[in-house]
Amino acid sequence: MSAVEPRSELLRVTDLHAFYGQSHILHGIDLNVGTREVVTLLGRNGSGRSTTLKAILGLVPRRTGSVMVNGRETIGMQSHRITRLGIGYCPEERGIFASLSAEENLTLPPRVGSGGMSLQEIYEMFPNLLERRRSQGTRLSGGEQQMLAMARILRVGARLLLLDEITEGLAPVIVQTLGRVVRGLGERGLTMILIEQNFRFVSQLADRHYLIEHGRIVDMITRDEIGKRTDSLHRFLGV
Amino acid sequence: MIQALSGQLLVGLINGSFYALLSLGLAIIFGLLDVVNFAHGAQYMLGAFVAWMALQYLGINYWWALILAPLAVGALGLGFEWLMLRHLYRLDPLYGLLLTFGVALVLEGSFQNAFGISGNSYPVPGLLQGGTNLGFMYLPRYRVWVVLVSVAVCFANWLMIEKTRLGSYLRAGTENPALLQAFGVNVPLMRGLTYGYGVGLAAFAGVMAAPIYQVTPLMGSSVIMVLFAVVVIGGMGSIAGSIVTGLGLGLIEGLTKFLYAPASDVVVFVVMALVLLLRPAGLFGRQR
Repeated sequence: MSAVEPRSELLRVTDLHAFYGQSHILHGIDLNVGTREVVTLLGRNGSGRSTTLKAILGLVPRRTGSVMVNGRETIGMQSHRITRLGIGYCPEERGIFASLSAEENLTLPPRVGSGGMSLQEIYEMFPNLLERRRSQGTRLSGGEQQMLAMARILRVGARLLLLDEITEGLAPVIVQTLGRVVRGLGERGLTMILIEQNFRFVSQLADRHYLIEHGRIVDMITRDEIGKRTDSLHRFLGV
Repeated sequence: MIQALSGQLLVGLINGSFYALLSLGLAIIFGLLDVVNFAHGAQYMLGAFVAWMALQYLGINYWWALILAPLAVGALGLGFEWLMLRHLYRLDPLYGLLLTFGVALVLEGSFQNAFGISGNSYPVPGLLQGGTNLGFMYLPRYRVWVVLVSVAVCFANWLMIEKTRLGSYLRAGTENPALLQAFGVNVPLMRGLTYGYGVGLAAFAGVMAAPIYQVTPLMGSSVIMVLFAVVVIGGMGSIAGSIVTGLGLGLIEGLTKFLYAPASDVVVFVVMALVLLLRPAGLFGRQR
């Protein structure tokens, strides 16, 4: 099915349903992600991509099915326990805390694994954040907030990163920086699930792409198949 | 003239100290739990009663009571949060308000039943008896102690919340508890401990109040109404706001007693109405 060499499995999602009150958002998501793999979720707005990440973390009011993280069933766990299995999350709305300074935001998440970056390494990677570290979190520019949201989860030693629209609304030069960061993380051996509108951003970064529609996975494309399927992909994404 | 004014201002400052201590706890609890803790007055009363009973039956003195009563009452608060309150977070905040209001009624009712309505006096500890004559007024030592300790405790809490790592968890949890939990912080445990801490602060104020006011089952219900006015004026959940407003309103009350005594009971609510008209989020509150 794919040219990807077999690797150990880090995440296996089976028949995942998610509900907000009466609304049924995910209708049985099935996906799996191997260690060191970079995978994207592609789909139109409202197709259930963000909800999939939230449901993996237990951030939806109700979810059923199975979410195995590193071989452990997490469907009955509270979200802080799930995260502590080694997950880092960068939410779509960035989630910078207004009442915390930039540095407090940066050091807020507790460590969830070994091998996280030191504060110094992070500041070398994002020099802007060093300059703005005393500023209130929400006084930062959009790009700085996005870097902060990324930097925040690099410190904690997570092995699996869930990144929701990290390039949304950012200037091309910042998107390039983030591209370098994500590539660097891949080289460090991190596993990632990315949600992206910007297909060009991820087409070279990701090993595989899951296509989501109406809360279901409808297709899966490997990096090698992209060339042959560009047209159908564009039709699917409505670009 | 100056004697009457300074006397009333001192009373105002004392009352304000208690308003500040109590509304601080209310603000912390409201911030993280979104619960309007109507039992706060009853928990304050409980602190005073635990101190009084400890002295009466066990011979435990004021200084020990100042440490032990908040711990004991705080532990009760922790248990209450775990057994009952935490099950209501997913519902409308009104349910938490009703539950804590019910608990206040039960506590106050049982204490009235057991100890009667009339007050019990609690002696001023030996070290703090007496006072100084300033010429224009007599300054009782215990009252100075109350003001100093309240201000110190409030300031220490403000520092802890605004400047420490623990405080950054509390601020983040107040803003977005779901995201904080998604980062791996045990928010449910934090809520329980925060509630216990706020309740412990109320009990601490109760012990401090015991030698000044009578220890009575209804001492909390008389203060709780003013307290909510303080929290509304300061801005729901604002820590610095509730401290400053607590002290300020105590002084305004004292000043009103001097200028036109009959208005002193309503002046706080007049201020509240004005603030709500001009700044609905409170003096220090952020618009939600």
